[in-house]
Amino acid sequence: MTCSRRDFLKEAVGGTLATAMPLSAFVLLSKDEAKAAIADSNIRWAFLVDTTKCVGCGLCVKACKNENEIPYDAAVTRTWVERYVVTKDGETHIDSPMGGRDGFIDEKIRDEEIDPEDINKAFFVPKLCNQCENPACVQVCPVGATYQTNDGIVLVDRDWCIGCGYCIMACPYGVRFFHPEHKVADKCNFCYHRISKGMQPACVECCSFGARRIANLKDPDDPVTKIITTERVAVLKDEYGTKPHVFYLGLDANVR
Amino acid sequence: MNEELIVHGIEWTVKELFVYPNEYIYWSIQIVMYPYMTGLVAGAFVLSSLYHVFGQKDLKEIAQFSLVFSLALLPVAALPLLLHLQQPLRAMEPLLTPHFTSAIAAFGIVFTTYALIVLSEIWFVYRGYFVAQVHALKEKSGFSNAMTRTVYRILTIGAYDVSDAAKKVDKKAATILAAIGIPVACFLHGYAGFIFGSVKANALWMSPLMPVIFIMSAVVSGIALCMLTYIIIMEWQAFRRRRGGGAVEAREIKGAETEVINKATRYLLGFLVAAISLEMLDLIFRGYTAMKSWDILRSVMYGEDFVNIFILQYTLGNLVPFVLLLLPGRTLKRTVLALLLVLFGVFMMRWNVVIGGQAFSLSFSGYMHYEIPVIPHSIETFKEGVFGALTVIATPFVLFWIINKFVPSLRRDVGET
Repeated sequence: MTCSRRDFLKEAVGGTLATAMPLSAFVLLSKDEAKAAIADSNIRWAFLVDTTKCVGCGLCVKACKNENEIPYDAAVTRTWVERYVVTKDGETHIDSPMGGRDGFIDEKIRDEEIDPEDINKAFFVPKLCNQCENPACVQVCPVGATYQTNDGIVLVDRDWCIGCGYCIMACPYGVRFFHPEHKVADKCNFCYHRISKGMQPACVECCSFGARRIANLKDPDDPVTKIITTERVAVLKDEYGTKPHVFYLGLDANVR
Repeated sequence: MNEELIVHGIEWTVKELFVYPNEYIYWSIQIVMYPYMTGLVAGAFVLSSLYHVFGQKDLKEIAQFSLVFSLALLPVAALPLLLHLQQPLRAMEPLLTPHFTSAIAAFGIVFTTYALIVLSEIWFVYRGYFVAQVHALKEKSGFSNAMTRTVYRILTIGAYDVSDAAKKVDKKAATILAAIGIPVACFLHGYAGFIFGSVKANALWMSPLMPVIFIMSAVVSGIALCMLTYIIIMEWQAFRRRRGGGAVEAREIKGAETEVINKATRYLLGFLVAAISLEMLDLIFRGYTAMKSWDILRSVMYGEDFVNIFILQYTLGNLVPFVLLLLPGRTLKRTVLALLLVLFGVFMMRWNVVIGGQAFSLSFSGYMHYEIPVIPHSIETFKEGVFGALTVIATPFVLFWIINKFVPSLRRDVGET
């Protein structure tokens, strides 16, 4: 077989281009980026809600909406507060007007007057994304636009979400919604942009009563982790097998 | 309200009692249309396969028609999904970065496989006709004839061999494709059922029976639509012949039509019985096991949605047509009425699954009502409203009209013999 110099150069350039083209689809990661992508994290974020301390002021909802740029008057929210009133007849009355954003200033629940004498117990329950260990929303995303970071937070890629709504349907906690402006799925991420810089989530920062706290479960010295590991805490809807990571102190059986 | 603040779903959702703040009816009429249209595709294909694979000779004419009709229905199975996406320009992403733990991720793959099977089967069945047209149009002059001839030349893909041996191969290929097509058609639709049945957060949807129920009702609706369209077209042809003076021809058309319809009706009834039995099994099982969600499910089924489920779906959509088709002395008019009711019944079943599944809150403490937008005032209320649904329903008939110009599925002398 003979090969002229011209042919050799031609083939070599062609061959190089042919190999380079598919390779260009890959992205070179920096050392830190690579580490962040594969290495095991020494952080596992979790949340502790002390329902006995919540007074239903709604400051957390206000702070969240402002911090995360969820349109203030839109009827969707990343976190919300529910009010439960259990009356003597065994009925449970629940409401969360505007997600509890403006507090619970009206004694009526959906225009229904409840006689204080009839009340057995009443309390508030803050809700937010449970950052599940086994998230149903991540499982059902057809394009991988929602994913779990190695420190346990479930995030949404706004540039890749197709807006099919399957994740919204799959979440048993109803924490997901379509962002009114971006038209993609949206949810609480424990203010990932803040906690990854050593700050507190907006709702934790503004809660004057210490009802909301964030923990790193992999740090045994974390004071909040200590509470979660040593005290009697509960989670919401564990029957779905999602392994939620928002823990509740003083959770009542009536809470849905 | 500011345009930016319109939350998806708020315009057609009415909440009652306690519903989580972010809960709305996110999957509305287009997601009702999706399994309905997919079901029609699958059903039409199964009907055509009864002839091609199982050699049910008396179904030949309706089989050719339903094969081509399933091609016309095919793009329409994907249309509602596209209309419902919040980011329709990203519709190709499930094919680019499929995330296979999701039941939706493989839709593009399954759908494309199925489309290729349908297209190639039609090609094998009508290849001889394409070649004949190319030769016949050669003799004729005129621009439109030349254009039509070009289309037929493209359709032959350069395969001009119409010897007996080649035709035999065509027939064999069509049979094999039809045989592969049945499981793929069932998969395409059972898969739609799996999308719903696997949502563990939804108490109404989560059931392993869902895919099977979907397949059965798909075949029912597909056969019903093919029979109905076939009757209408045949009646129209007979009517035209009669007016043209060809009374004998008209009678011949009617005779052939009655035979085909009688046979297809038997299959329709069989699948209808299977579909209803499975749905009843699901309902009884839920009531008997009475899990946590049963309280709210019962109140939705027997209260809020009673008319939709028991009157419109089971009675009007299943029981009445069942009796109409079984009673002796069945006339064509009665058959048409029964078929319309069957189609309506399957539509109501889709509606009751998709909308009914969102009729109650995840908190099990409240309800959501769907008020379908009628007069659209934005793209969103058009897409997710009555007119969006009507667009989806009308599209296959327009497509069929166009396809049938080139692939005459209703001519008895054309196609494989």
